[in-house]
Amino acid sequence: MAHEMTAAAGNGGEMQGATHLVPIRVYLTIFSLLMVLTAVTVGASFVDLGPANTLVAVVIAVTKMMLVILYFMHVRYSSRLTWAVVGGGFFWLAILLLLTLGDYLTRGPGWLRYG
Amino acid sequence: MAGAHATQHPKLQHHFDNLDQQFEASALGMWLFLVTEILFFGGLFAAYTIYRLMYPRAFAEASHELDVVLGGVNTAVLIGSSLTMAMAVWAAQLGKRGKQLLFLGLTMALGLVFLGIKAVEYSHKFEHGLVPGPDFRFESAHDPGHSQLFFSLYFVMTGLHAVHMIVGIGLMAVLFVMAFKGRFTRAYHTPVEVSGLYWHFVDIVWIFLFPLLYLIDRHGPVVH
Repeated sequence: MAHEMTAAAGNGGEMQGATHLVPIRVYLTIFSLLMVLTAVTVGASFVDLGPANTLVAVVIAVTKMMLVILYFMHVRYSSRLTWAVVGGGFFWLAILLLLTLGDYLTRGPGWLRYG
Repeated sequence: MAGAHATQHPKLQHHFDNLDQQFEASALGMWLFLVTEILFFGGLFAAYTIYRLMYPRAFAEASHELDVVLGGVNTAVLIGSSLTMAMAVWAAQLGKRGKQLLFLGLTMALGLVFLGIKAVEYSHKFEHGLVPGPDFRFESAHDPGHSQLFFSLYFVMTGLHAVHMIVGIGLMAVLFVMAFKGRFTRAYHTPVEVSGLYWHFVDIVWIFLFPLLYLIDRHGPVVH
C-alpha cells in the first residue's frame, strides 16, 4: 500500500480524488504570512496615515482572507462550481455594502456633520 | 475510479455515483451555507461602516477602550487554530488517526483559549461600565450616547462570532469522537473537510473584526 502514498497527491489510490492533498510546507508558509500580516496591520494602525489607515487595514484583512480561502479552505484546488458559489457570495456582499453606502454617502453635505 | 464493480463503500449514498461526487456535493452545501453567513455578518459590517462614518469621534474614543494586546493575541490564537484545523484535514486525508486526534484536540484547545481571552475582555467591559444599557458609564467621552452605539456593535459582532466559535468547538468534539472510533479513512473523511471550511470561515470573520473594532482608530491620541 505504500506506493499509494505517492499516488495520493494526484487522483489515485484509495483517497477521495476530489480532495487535494496540500503539502504541510504550504500550510506553514500560509500560517507564517498570516502572522506577519497581523503584525503589519497592528504596526500600521499606530502610524497616522490619515484616511489611509482604514484602507491599509482593509487591504491587509482582504489579503489574509484570500490566503485562508485559497489555501486553508482549498478553493484554489476546487472545482469551477465552487469558485462560482464563493465568488457569487462576495458579489452579493458587494451589492449589500456598495448600494447601501451609495445611498448614505450621497445624502448631501449635512449628513456627516455629526461626530 | 479503479474497480467500478468493486463493493460499494458503506458511506456512499445511493444517489451519488461515487465518493468524489458525494464529497463535492457536501463541500458545495457547506459553501452555500457559508455564503448566507457572509451576508449575515455582512449586514453587521454595513451597519458598523455607516455608523462609524456618522460618528467618527465617538467611535474612535470607544475603540480606544478595547485592549489591542488581548485582541492581537486572540488573532494569533485563531490563526494558529486554522493551521491546526488544516493539519487535521491533512491527517484525515492520509488516514493518520493519531495525528488527526492531536490536531483536532489542538484546534479545540485553541478555540477554548480564544473564548477564555474573550471572557476576560468582556468582564473588563462590565467592570468599567462599558456594556450598553442602564449601567453604561463612559464619562470621559464627548458623546457617550454614540460611543454606546459602538459598544452595542462590538458586543453583537464579537458575541455572534463567539457563538460561532462555540458551535465550532462542538463540531470539533464530535469529530474527535468520530476520529477516535476510527470512522474516517483515506477514502472517506468528508465531515472533517466540511467542518474545516466552517472553522476557517469563523477565523476570517475575526480577521475583519480585529482591525475594524480594535485598530483603525488607534493612531494619534484621543482628544476628549
